[in-house]
Amino acid sequence: MAILGFLLTVVTTFLGLLAVTFFIGRVIPIDPALAIVGDRAPAHVVERVRMELGLHLPLWQQFWIYLKQALSGDFGTSVLTTNPVLADIKRVFPATIELATVGTIIGAVFGVPLGVLAAVKRGSLIDQIVRVIGLIGYSVPIFWLGLLSLLLFYAKLRWVAYPGRVDIIYEYSFTPVTGFFILDAVMQRQWDVVWDLFRHIILPGSLLGYFSLAYISRMTRSFMLNELSQEYVVAARAKGLSEARIIWFHALRNAAVPLVTVIALSYAGLLEGSVLTETIFAWPGLGLYITNSLQNADMNAVLGGTVVIGSVFIGINLLSDLLYRTLDPRTRSR
Amino acid sequence: MSVVEQHLKPYSREWLLSDRPTSRKQARIGRAYVIWQRFAENRLALFGLMIIIGLLFVAAFADVLAPHNPLQGDLRYARLLPPGSDGYLLGTDDQGRDILSRLIHGSRLTLLVVVLVAVIAAPVGLIVGTVSGYAGGWVDAVLMRITDIFLAFPKLVLALALVAALGPGIENAILAIAITSWPPYARIARAETMTFRNSEFISAVQLMGASPFRIVLRHVMPLCLSSLIVRVTLDMAGIILTAAGLGFLGLGAQPPLPEWGAMIASGRRFILDQWWVAAMPGAAILIVSLGFNLLGDGLRDALDPKEAGQ
Repeated sequence: MAILGFLLTVVTTFLGLLAVTFFIGRVIPIDPALAIVGDRAPAHVVERVRMELGLHLPLWQQFWIYLKQALSGDFGTSVLTTNPVLADIKRVFPATIELATVGTIIGAVFGVPLGVLAAVKRGSLIDQIVRVIGLIGYSVPIFWLGLLSLLLFYAKLRWVAYPGRVDIIYEYSFTPVTGFFILDAVMQRQWDVVWDLFRHIILPGSLLGYFSLAYISRMTRSFMLNELSQEYVVAARAKGLSEARIIWFHALRNAAVPLVTVIALSYAGLLEGSVLTETIFAWPGLGLYITNSLQNADMNAVLGGTVVIGSVFIGINLLSDLLYRTLDPRTRSR
Repeated sequence: MSVVEQHLKPYSREWLLSDRPTSRKQARIGRAYVIWQRFAENRLALFGLMIIIGLLFVAAFADVLAPHNPLQGDLRYARLLPPGSDGYLLGTDDQGRDILSRLIHGSRLTLLVVVLVAVIAAPVGLIVGTVSGYAGGWVDAVLMRITDIFLAFPKLVLALALVAALGPGIENAILAIAITSWPPYARIARAETMTFRNSEFISAVQLMGASPFRIVLRHVMPLCLSSLIVRVTLDMAGIILTAAGLGFLGLGAQPPLPEWGAMIASGRRFILDQWWVAAMPGAAILIVSLGFNLLGDGLRDALDPKEAGQ
């Protein structure tokens, strides 16, 4: 029964996602055919495009066709690249995943210990630092911070490589297999390529990592404060366990369950944050693909990208929900 | 009735803090005073309030405060001057316009976006949430399903797609942000409504024959307001950042409007040599969002002491 309800949620949410994108693509523009051919096209061309798009059909029938196409992975052709939108997305998506993964790793590796320390030493300097990191993370425009960090670390200090994913020299010397360049280069043992990739990803990765860190450390602090006030902590202290063992083993382990959810959600958030970050760092991922398509009024590509990011979002949300249920013994059904 | 209460001087401390207010007015003012006291203890929250008051002031008197014309620059003598130049405190941009004057006038656009989004999204969320929570049953199921669908969307991406369909411009950006902002408000209003849906005062009004419409409007909605206000204030920073992001991508306010995000975009070309053109508007965004975040945190702690310190 629980599984049935869960599946129903997945299906309705996904249908809703498609309904919204259908609405954006077909209903909001006054005439989608005019939007494609331009308002100076002769009347018979407009009429033909209208027929091709199926605009003469009733709306529910159009939605049905859209639904069938979307479910079979057909989001139309991109005007800009002339490829099928799905092929384009398959090509660019690994770059976004790679960037978001690096960001989440940085955020979790630094954010969790910082949050734990802030909770343990409440009111101390480190607690204040975590607070300030969080406040600035919630207040700063990501694209502005990206521009300034490029100015500092690339233009002035020369610590990192220029915007982009990989040096032109290497672009043809190594062959991507999975599309995840770092993974490919490591597997092919091309260490100079790995180093170059690292110099390219470190700045946008750290930037996304910062935002992830701001969120993760704040939530870790709050979960840990909650755990440390529980009675089992008092009991552990009474048994004479070392404070480090209580904090890092007992309390953190209990806080880990909601933390997994938080990290998963921050990962989904980074997929969204990558839209602006990729634009700044010329990172050839889905975010840059969407913004480029936007600037060229390429609605098929924009909506296809929106559906993909939305689906991944839904997927991660549901996955974190499932993880929470399996990890937390209290929510396990007998 | 106690005689002592009568002798309290109106608006004195004792009158405000009295636990036996003699009038509805006194009770209300007294409650506001207690909340204000809790709020004022929080130094950071006061700082946030000051930033927002400063923003309101600057926006109100932009015409007087701005030393130069925000739209028309001095192309011949004042192109890309660094900060601190004669008469140009924060420097000038590539069209010879004073950046400070543009920031001052841009504060109006920022306020416009924030206020309009709040005015559109908050009532929608409030209505959906209270109706859903009070009605229950299939109405609740349908409304919450719709809310969840919008919640499942990444906000910025949905706003981008909406503006792409509606066409760029500040009005459409506001509409798009509002469409993506209401679901959390609906959730909060519903959760609040659920907590007192079955309480006695609601049953009392029902027995007196009040219509569901009247109950939701006059008895349920006012009680949801305080948590909604806190959430809206906390969201304002996010709204500003989304609007700036849309402006940066060229989808929000169009040139020559001095919108801060669009100003960063136009300064991007000069970032290596004339960093201030892009840096100054970003700093303005940071300060204002920080102000809203601090204010929101302070309001939450003052209105809802349970949550304080989390």
